[in-house]
This record gives sequence, C-alpha cells and structure tokens, in this order.
Amino acid sequence: MNGKVAKEDLDSRVFDTLNIILLAICTIIIVVPLWNVIISSFSSGRALAEGGFIFWSPEFSLENYRAVFNDPSIWQAFFISVSKTTIGVVTHVFFCAMVGYGLSKKYIRGRKLYVAMGVITMFFSGGMIPTYLLIKSLGLLNSFWVYIIPALFSFYDVVILMNFFRNVPDSLEESAKIDGAGDWHIFLKIFIPLSMPAMATIALFNGVGQWNDFMTTKLYITDQSLYPLQMMLYEIIVQSQTQSMQNIGGSAVIETTTKGVQLATIVITTLPIVLIYPILQRYFISGMMLGAVKE
Amino acid sequence: MGQRVREFIIDYRRQWEIQSMIIPGIIFMIIFCYIPIYGLTIAFKNYTVIDTLATAPWVGLENFRIILSDKYFWDAVVNTLGISFLKLGIGFVIPIILAIMIYELNSGRFKKFVQTVSYLPHFLSWIVLGGMLITWFSTTGLFNQMLLSLGLISQPQNILLDAGKYWWIATLSDIWKEAGWGTILYLAIMSKIDPTYYEAAKIDGASRLRQIWNITLPNMRSIISLNLILTVSGLLGSNLDQTLVLMNSQNREKAEVINSYVYRMGMSQGDFSYATAVGLGVSIVSVILLVTANKITSKLNDNQSVL
Repeated sequence: MNGKVAKEDLDSRVFDTLNIILLAICTIIIVVPLWNVIISSFSSGRALAEGGFIFWSPEFSLENYRAVFNDPSIWQAFFISVSKTTIGVVTHVFFCAMVGYGLSKKYIRGRKLYVAMGVITMFFSGGMIPTYLLIKSLGLLNSFWVYIIPALFSFYDVVILMNFFRNVPDSLEESAKIDGAGDWHIFLKIFIPLSMPAMATIALFNGVGQWNDFMTTKLYITDQSLYPLQMMLYEIIVQSQTQSMQNIGGSAVIETTTKGVQLATIVITTLPIVLIYPILQRYFISGMMLGAVKE
Repeated sequence: MGQRVREFIIDYRRQWEIQSMIIPGIIFMIIFCYIPIYGLTIAFKNYTVIDTLATAPWVGLENFRIILSDKYFWDAVVNTLGISFLKLGIGFVIPIILAIMIYELNSGRFKKFVQTVSYLPHFLSWIVLGGMLITWFSTTGLFNQMLLSLGLISQPQNILLDAGKYWWIATLSDIWKEAGWGTILYLAIMSKIDPTYYEAAKIDGASRLRQIWNITLPNMRSIISLNLILTVSGLLGSNLDQTLVLMNSQNREKAEVINSYVYRMGMSQGDFSYATAVGLGVSIVSVILLVTANKITSKLNDNQSVL
C-alpha cells in the first residue's frame, strides 16, 4: 500500500517538473524575441548592420529614438492615435450602454424586432467594398470622423451590457420612478455608476482595438496628416522592405537607418499598451467571463 | 386594425424616453449594417465609377462566372485553405494543452507570471508584430543568429523571402500571438470543475494524465465544441492585417489570401463588382461551414446544439 502511494507521488512529481520546464520554455519563446526588439531599438546603426546579438547589444545608442522624435509627422501620428482612441472609446461605450439599457427593459415596444435586427448584423455584413462605397457616399473619406462614427456601435457589446443591466434589481428603478425620475435620469445617475466594471472592460477592449486598428486608415484615409501611429509604422515597414530587396548585396547604410527607425517606432507604438496592460489584465478576465456566460 | 395602430402609438408616446435610447442604435444599424448588405447587389451588376448603385446595369451571375475561371482567385483559395487548416490543426489544440498545463501548476506566482507573459502578444497589433518578424528573420536578426549558433544552418537566409515557407510563418506567428490568449476561456471553465472529482480519482489511484483525460477534458467538451464551430466558420476569413504586412513580391503567390485578393481587386484596381462577388461567395460558404460544423458537433454532443 505504502509503495503504491510513493510511486504515485513520484509520478506526480515527474509530471510537475516536466510541466514547469515546458511552460518555462514557452515563456522564454515569448520573452526573448520581445526583449531582442527592445535592445535592438537602442542599438547603434553599426551594431544593427552587423547583427549577431540576442540578449545584449554591443553598442548602445539613442540615435534611433532621436531620429524618430525629431520627425514631426510621428508626433502628429501620436496625437491622432491618442485622440481617435480616447474619443472613440468614450463615444462607443456611451452609445452601446445607451442602446443596451433601452433593450434591457422587457416591456419595450418592438423589442423582438430590434434584437432580431441586431442578431442579423452579427452574422451578415456587406463586406469591404459595399462598406467602402457607403463611407464614400457619406463623405467620410479623409475625415477624422471615419475613426469614430462607424465604430460607435457593436451589437456584441450591446448584448454584454444588456445582460449586465438586466442583473440590476428592478426595485432600484421602481423606487427612482416613484421619486419622479425619468428613464434618462435613472440611466445616467444610477445604472452607469453601477455598471462601471462592465463598461471598463468594454472600454479597454475597444481601446486596444482602436489603438491597433490600421485597416480603417488603409481603406479610407489618404491624407497623411490623419495617419495614426500604426499606419506610419506600416509605411516605414513597406518602405524598408522594398529598399532591402532592392539593396540585396548593395549598400547597407540606408537600410540600417530605416531599420533603427522602424524598431524605435515599434517600441513607441506598443508602449502605451504595455503601460496600461497591468490595469487591463485585472479587468479582461472578468470581461471574458461576462461575454462567455450569456446563455 | 385602427385600434391596434392607435394602441401602438400610445405605447410609443408613453415610452418615448426609453425608445429615444434605442432608436439611435437602430438608425445606426440601418445605415452602417443594412445599407452595405443591400450594397451586395453590386456583385450582380457591372459597377463603374460613373454609375451609382441604382443605375449600374445588371449582369446576373456574370461576375461569378469570371471568378470560376480566374487563376489568381483559385491561388488565393488554396492559400487561404492551406493556412487556415494549419492554423486549425495546430492552433486549435495548443491553447487547450497550454490551459491544462497552466491549470496543473501548483505554484501561484509562477502561474501568474506564465499567464501574464502569454497574454501579452495578443495586444500587439499585426503591424507591430509584422515589423518585429521582419527584424527577427532578417539575415542579421535573432532567428538566423540562433540557428547559426546552434549549428543548424551555415548560411543566414531570410525566410520571409522564401515563398515555400510562408504558410508556416503565417501559422506559427499567429499561434505565437494568440495561443496564450486562447487559454483564458478554457481556464475560466476549468476553474468551475468540482474539485471532489479529482479527490475521488486520486483515491482510486488515477495518474495525473489519467485525471486530465477523464475529468478535465470531458468537462470542457461543450466549450471546445463551441470554439471549434466559431473557428471553422471563420476559416475563409483569415487575417487580412497579417497578410498585408507580411506579403512581399517574393512570397506573393503563397501569401495571397481571399481577403487580400478582395482588397487588391477592389481598392487597388477599382473592380468593385468583381471584388464584391468574391466577398459574397466567401460569406455564403462561411455560413454553410458554420451550419455544418454546428450540425456535426451537435451530433457528437448527444444532439445538443451548441449554438
């Protein structure tokens, strides 16, 4: 009997050790490449041209960042990224919460039709070209508002918020109504403060989406002064790729400067996300659960 | 009838305040979702810049006929399917295994660390990751240096210029980015499994692997099926951002997917009707895939439909 338990114990310990080793390898596979990008971005052009380092750069320098920060169009792009993300998130969350609150009331006239209309949009869409033609005919091409208006609404987010509002006890609404409060008042003064966790989750997901989005720019914007960081980075990447293909075997000097600029831009573009990541992490797990437990 | 209409109007009047919250959403959906769905009709028209949607002449199924004989379209289909099936075959299983491994960890701090690290790549945009991949795979970059120092290759080579390896690059980079994120849902489900199952199994002398096989996996069956259905229905819509940033003149023939083809035909070449027809065809096939996958998994799950 004792021998059996000991054997199981041993099995279990082998399992644990193997498990820890494998997971350690997984984290290394993620961390090392990211670390390499960061130290590369702080490397001098010569070190980048020679390459050959993994964990530590042979020659540190801030020249890449100096080059990036001296470029006024990067600042412009940063400003566009920040403003489209903040304005986009606030309007999106408010709009979805407003619709979700309305739909969370079972006694609403036409509720079935509204929900059916919403569900259809989850499975069917016009796709790229009809949407482009619509945006064009609305006069949103090359306008800052193309980042905000088409992104106002998402039926997924409406459903999540609707379910959240539905879990708030009815008595709260009733007592407020007795005190003479209207629906808007109840929504703004009672329900919005109560549903901060749900709204924060949606805000954070939507914010990451807005910050990372580049297709909107690629499809609808040709005016460079409206480029966000992602599009700037994309242009630098495409440019350096064609250059490096033209220069195969040729001069490496131009290529390395663009490479340095590219790396510094990557780090700058990602930095805001990494900075809010700790806050993000606290919320998104509960957010995933919110989305999963719909029934 | 008049009676009912009047009741309806009275109801709306009474509810005007709350209806005023919903109506903007409905107007939004009509403009930004339903008008583009109506816009799909240009797939059956010959739309040129001089026309409007209404005046463009109908051509019936002509655009679809051209698609069937378009070599570049079929190349894109083959690439889309190839990459999607690699992503499905490998990328679907890895998050499940990873989640089980994380779940089995005893040390709380290491567990938290692994989770934090593995979620992180999900938050990088494809543009950022594309830029990183180009750096890693360059002849002086991380990837070649690693292989050189391990003695696996003798000459550095940029595999992003090697069309034959593109499918693998697309698949593995996607897994690197999303596998950790994919574990969240599974971990959430596993945290709800009743621990007494495991205790009973331990008393019966079941090994750890046995416990995973007989307790953990069966408890995740329905969520795995649901995920599979959603993945299968998205098979043809493989990542446009990824393709646009990783595709170059050297690997184009293996990198072009249906979405990037629609983008190229529509936005670069201005062939709106043709591009819309391709897009419409793909969504129809996707809906068929969704329904089929749902049927099959519901058969496997004792006739309980997951959707």
